[in-house]
Amino acid sequence: MRNTFSEALYQAATRNPKVYIVVADISPAGSMSKFSTEYPERFINVGVAEQSMIGICAGLALKGNRPFAYTIATFSLYRPFEMVRDDLCYQNLPVTVVGMGAGVIYSTLGGTHHTQEDIAIAGALANMQILAPCDPLECTDATAWCAEKSQGPTYLRIGKAGEPVLTKDAAEPFQFGKIRYLRRGTDVCILSYGVIMKKAAELADRLQAEGKSVSLVSVHTMKPLDRQGIAEALKRHKKVVVIEEHVPQGGLAPQTKQIAWDVKASCALHTFTLQDAFIHNYGSHDDLLAAHGIATDRIHAAIA
Amino acid sequence: MTATASATLTNSIDPAAAKARCLKFRRRILDMSQRVSALHIGSAYSCTEIVDLIYFGLMRRKPDGSFLDTFLMSKGHGCMIQYAILEDLGILSRADMDAYCTPGGRLGVHPDHGNPGIVAATGSLGHGLSMVVGMALAEKTSKTGGQIYTVLSDGEVQEGSTWEAVLMASSLGCDNIVAFLDYNNFQSLGKTSDTHPTFYPLVEKFTAFGWESVEAAGHDSKALFEAVTQRKGGKPLMVVARTTKGKGVSYMENVPIWHYRSPNKQEYEQAVKELEAMVRS
Repeated sequence: MRNTFSEALYQAATRNPKVYIVVADISPAGSMSKFSTEYPERFINVGVAEQSMIGICAGLALKGNRPFAYTIATFSLYRPFEMVRDDLCYQNLPVTVVGMGAGVIYSTLGGTHHTQEDIAIAGALANMQILAPCDPLECTDATAWCAEKSQGPTYLRIGKAGEPVLTKDAAEPFQFGKIRYLRRGTDVCILSYGVIMKKAAELADRLQAEGKSVSLVSVHTMKPLDRQGIAEALKRHKKVVVIEEHVPQGGLAPQTKQIAWDVKASCALHTFTLQDAFIHNYGSHDDLLAAHGIATDRIHAAIA
Repeated sequence: MTATASATLTNSIDPAAAKARCLKFRRRILDMSQRVSALHIGSAYSCTEIVDLIYFGLMRRKPDGSFLDTFLMSKGHGCMIQYAILEDLGILSRADMDAYCTPGGRLGVHPDHGNPGIVAATGSLGHGLSMVVGMALAEKTSKTGGQIYTVLSDGEVQEGSTWEAVLMASSLGCDNIVAFLDYNNFQSLGKTSDTHPTFYPLVEKFTAFGWESVEAAGHDSKALFEAVTQRKGGKPLMVVARTTKGKGVSYMENVPIWHYRSPNKQEYEQAVKELEAMVRS
């Protein structure tokens, strides 16, 4: 996903001289070398200095530019949090804070490198928008939106490398602020976002193999959340399943429950989130998700 | 620097005129303090000559009258002096000043982004210099020739984020930054030299980080002006300006309570007398 981010940003920078990237000693691979070679004055490496990364982005934006701040999610959002809040959100500047490797993708690096509460934290900030694309293609669309359309700060939550393509034959195109049906069905609707969408797709495959009609939905815009779209999904399906790589508070699961209450939904609603816990597990990403209770078999059994 | 050539160069200073303006601005702030208690009078008096110099001696204007250069008040709590100057320049109105810190007004104790003449929201210390670096880079990339001026408080230099920006400004070659450190040796809980003895020396710290840095008398407009115009160049400049918190009013000078307090009527009258005397001296 970070390679497609890189390519999309390079393309955006080629079209628009106001696109900058400010990195903190971590750079996306792939096309970023083209970016830094062709536009050296718009590729800025602050080193291990994330507070200044955000402040410099704010300064660039105050002069009319559209900068991206880029590093591992915990260092782009948590370390410089007050700069994100005051410099970007309070001043409502079109800066994209890229949270790379968000969630618990860095499964072997330990809790210092996990971002399991980022949606709640970024979502609490006024003016902040949140995009969490589910595959490399959606990441391209989301990056282009941030570079060209966004009028305010955006937290762009992306994965790392090797995510499968899930949206090639999507039923709908990417549209900021709208949930996106990748598959349309009538029995079960699975709502998810970000890298963990691959688990949602596995579950959808299995349910479809059993003869169920399944909707698979990418809630790529986590703020502003498409409340109307989710309300309709709750009305039109017998069963709605939320799967997210985020703690139980402040993410998609509680917000979907809130919408369900508001619209008096009568469907069954199952939510699967990370635990409200730091889990010390140094296996694969799947192993760590399983330790949090997110495994396709388990979810399949729980919603039967 | 073609943009510079077509701009109005106001790089000059008339010390007597500066003195008269600074009295007027201090009086204005003092008058405001009689209506609203929420203002940092000591902090504004500390950097009065510095901010006056930036607006009237250093920042250049474009042919259309707008500023070619930029000023960001990093020590946001000192912004009463900026408000007084912006009112004098007609950028803020009398009505804005009358509505300071009242419902319906748009001016608060700290500068707010979006208000006329205010380029960034500051108030939380340690944010300004990174934004200055970003703005300086933008000016360099777009080859406008624009300089970025800023004023930092000495307390603000205790923020780690300030040092990130100090490192970046020089590493990125931002020779279009001119920063003033309002070195009044006081912060909310007392004398900085007592609470943080290893905070000093300052000039050497900035020099070690790749800046050009000089000390100057912070209430002497001519000395401050020369510190900037006589710089070698090629690096960001930090003028460590020796100032007195509450400068001009004896009972305020170096007394921490005047970081926040407003004078009562009797204190006000005494302050007026002392400020007038300061100008005659």
